[in-house]
Amino acid sequence: MSTIPYDLRSAGPGSPDASPAGPEYAEVSRDVRPAPPRYRNEIGKYSIHRAPHCAACGRCVEICRHGVHVRPEGYLHVMRPYDYRCIGPDCKDTGCFCIDACPQGALKLSENPAFETLGDHRWTPDLLMSTSTMAETGRPAGNHLEREVGASGGGFDRLRFRFPDSPPPDLRREDISTKLPLNRRGDSRPGITIDVPWYGGGMSFGSTNIRALLGKARVAKAFHGFTCTGEGGYPERFVPYKDHVITQVATGLFGVREETIQRAPIVEFKYAQGAKPGLGGHLLGDKNTPSVAAMRETVVGVSLFSPFPFHSVYSVEDHKKHLDWIAHVNPRALLSAKVSTPNDVDMVAVGIYYAGGHIVHLDGSYGGTGAAPNVAKKNIAMPIEYAIGRVHQFLVDEGIRDQVTVIASGGVRTPVDVAKAIALGADGCVIGTAELVALGCIRCTACESGRGCARGIATTDDELLEMLDVDWCTQRLVNLYSAWQQLLVDLLYRLGLDSVGALRGRTDLLTHLDYENET
Amino acid sequence: MPAKYVIHHTPTKPRFRPVGKLGIVDWREDCSSCHNCVKRDCVYRLFRDEADTLRDEIGYLDYIYQCKGCLNCVQNCTKNILTRVVNPEYRRLGDSYYTPDLILTTWYQAETGKIPVSGSGYGGPFSGPGFDSMWTDMSEIVRPTRDGIHGREYISTSVDIGRKLSHLEFADGQLKIDPPPLMETPLPVIIDRIPLHWRRGAVMTAVTTAAAEIGTLVVLGESDILEKDASPRGHVIPFLESPDASAAQQGGSAPFVMIPDRPDVMALQEALKLNHPARIVAIRIPAVPTVAGRVAELVRDGADVIHLAFDSHGRELGEAQPRHMRDVLRDTHTTLVKLGIRDEVTLIASGGIAAAEHVIKAIICGADLVAIDVPLMLALECRLCGECERGQLCPIALEEIDAEFGVRRIVNLMAAWHSQLLEMLGAMGIREVRRLRGETGRCMFFEDLERDTFGRLFGKRKS
Repeated sequence: MSTIPYDLRSAGPGSPDASPAGPEYAEVSRDVRPAPPRYRNEIGKYSIHRAPHCAACGRCVEICRHGVHVRPEGYLHVMRPYDYRCIGPDCKDTGCFCIDACPQGALKLSENPAFETLGDHRWTPDLLMSTSTMAETGRPAGNHLEREVGASGGGFDRLRFRFPDSPPPDLRREDISTKLPLNRRGDSRPGITIDVPWYGGGMSFGSTNIRALLGKARVAKAFHGFTCTGEGGYPERFVPYKDHVITQVATGLFGVREETIQRAPIVEFKYAQGAKPGLGGHLLGDKNTPSVAAMRETVVGVSLFSPFPFHSVYSVEDHKKHLDWIAHVNPRALLSAKVSTPNDVDMVAVGIYYAGGHIVHLDGSYGGTGAAPNVAKKNIAMPIEYAIGRVHQFLVDEGIRDQVTVIASGGVRTPVDVAKAIALGADGCVIGTAELVALGCIRCTACESGRGCARGIATTDDELLEMLDVDWCTQRLVNLYSAWQQLLVDLLYRLGLDSVGALRGRTDLLTHLDYENET
Repeated sequence: MPAKYVIHHTPTKPRFRPVGKLGIVDWREDCSSCHNCVKRDCVYRLFRDEADTLRDEIGYLDYIYQCKGCLNCVQNCTKNILTRVVNPEYRRLGDSYYTPDLILTTWYQAETGKIPVSGSGYGGPFSGPGFDSMWTDMSEIVRPTRDGIHGREYISTSVDIGRKLSHLEFADGQLKIDPPPLMETPLPVIIDRIPLHWRRGAVMTAVTTAAAEIGTLVVLGESDILEKDASPRGHVIPFLESPDASAAQQGGSAPFVMIPDRPDVMALQEALKLNHPARIVAIRIPAVPTVAGRVAELVRDGADVIHLAFDSHGRELGEAQPRHMRDVLRDTHTTLVKLGIRDEVTLIASGGIAAAEHVIKAIICGADLVAIDVPLMLALECRLCGECERGQLCPIALEEIDAEFGVRRIVNLMAAWHSQLLEMLGAMGIREVRRLRGETGRCMFFEDLERDTFGRLFGKRKS
């Protein structure tokens, strides 16, 4: 069971000094530091009520290992419990159970009814909470939360790993590699390798708070990974992180210019988005503020549509023409194509390879979005769990599997999902919603309405932008990535594998709860 | 090119406050009346009328019904006296098929006429029974999609109703036979006979007028037609419940009538056409397990239109383990295809069509079009509480609705459905809904994907 670092006992949510300070453009540290949530009353699984007859003896502060009870330096009274950190009745067995230890009997533990109102089938309250805990502490959440699977009843949520009895005796955790090479073509372009087998998904300037986007860029720099511009142009504030920013070229071509292509180490063609495949993009007029309009070279307040599809691409040959264009504009860029998951996704993947692509990015139908018709989110294209294996096998059969990198996204919520996707045949993943949850998203699904996200994440509203701070965002994401890496290494260790690359396609290490698992 | 089919929508507020999902509970006795009250900061301004409401006692607070669940107030309150709950009234809405979420979505569409749009990814179950175990396909690079929703390309949602010829015959360069009559409806959705307990007040007037405005058809019992002399008859399909030997006289001059299935139904169809050779006759068949064989028999005997009626949850009738409409339609469609007679008949499916996506999926499974009833009542704010069926008072006083209000709400719902049909057809690269019938190549079934993906890896699926 994990515990929160000791210094959290004096740091409550929203404490300005709890966030690391520093200039935005400084080197980004990968160090884990406490990054408490920005709301005063964080919602947890349990509630602890302190009755008025508390004598402020401080016994609870002394024994709690999870930072629930805090008495700041120089204070007489104990703060209201940070009960979101409480691990509940499980604590009884640890000898640190404040409820029993209180000499006045002034503490009462109960389940928090508001907790159950959070989330949905895919992102359960437990998953939201465990992701938030990782972002705060840089460590996995406690066992009181189900932190590996959601409650969707299919796909990743029904897959489990099959662990050997014991890992090889000579395998050490510190020797396990989580690195992922992105260029497997062996061509003249750079051999880019990222430290963890995932990177940040495209979110456009216009859909998402620039401070959140900068946090994503900074964590990408810290982990030698990437984030992606999405289809909203390339803000100048991204330039210091240009070696870690993918320029996306989508059908609206917003903000796509020669210099934004030339400065990118990877250029991504977005053919479709998993949440709304076949429908193009849509930025509602309210979010098209003067700065967004300037970036996209459009008129303020007008709804912006990205058409579907690329009207210049109706064949793999047309697609190759597109990639050739980028390849000539930037001779050092890797080429990626983001596609959703139709029936012929395997053929599409092969087409991307033969057109010259280095990365095939599959975006499954349950992926995130800033705005999409509900009918599309639920019904169009297949979930990513099906597409990965299909593409992997087809590439193997074609004899080109080792010349292309397959990246999966659309419903990857945890490092265990990353591992499952890799075991099914992907090389790595792209994550999006998990990063936003780390920044305080609770999936209320109102990203598109009016001024945008009320929690300051998916918004361009001047007032709401102020709710986020770049350094805080960075630290939350650094913590999240660190915890994920730690969990992934632990998983690989238990599987007896010395690298994440060795996990690719190892379906023999998986079982499915709905199958006999006899083959 | 003919004029583009558009359903004009008009925002129409509900008569009753909709039941919201989330509510904020406020432990007011602990409030310290501080000057940085979070209620002032609500982005959605839900609390703006709170003080007036409490002072003047003008009713329940709107924010109970309109909360978007952002939690800002709950999480920022200085005294932590706010919490969020799921509205118990919301949980009581509908049933296992017409879920509270589906009802709220339908209300939204009936009010605004717009497609429900939201952020974040899909949060529902991975798959489910019936239509929830299907995903429609889309076009990536090599199959051009269609852009219907933004108006750049025309996508037709028209369907033809009636018997079609399997082939043409010519003599001396002239068509030798008269093609049978066809009726075109601009939407693959007609309105089924509304169950008796909902036929109150101006409901039927609203339904028939809305059908006329949309340009679609509505099935009415003969008694309903008599009561509503002003009904626009061209859009009405009289349902002849128990036609007798004098059938030739029944149905008035209606160009399209519907009759129940029975042993002498083909003779009845012939009698109904005797004085009206241009009349189309639909045969309504309860979707029992042997329905595919019966449909094939009727089509071979010359039936124009078959209407397959499922229960309100889209299930077979009279079975302990009923199949869903999805499987029955596929079975029926495939049976007719194998016999080479599918193109000769029009198949209408009804029961369990609760959302726009169900229209698309039923057509993919083999229907030509669908008939609906419950969603229209939802549009009129029905909560499916069942009180009216038990002879109790309707909590929304359905009998008191204004016909114009009802028309607007139904038209709005159909406008939203039409837009969603265009979205899905566009994504599939289909330019007209006629081509979607039985086109299972444009969809993916849960069991097929599971078998090809996980079945290959993990063997047999547990039953």
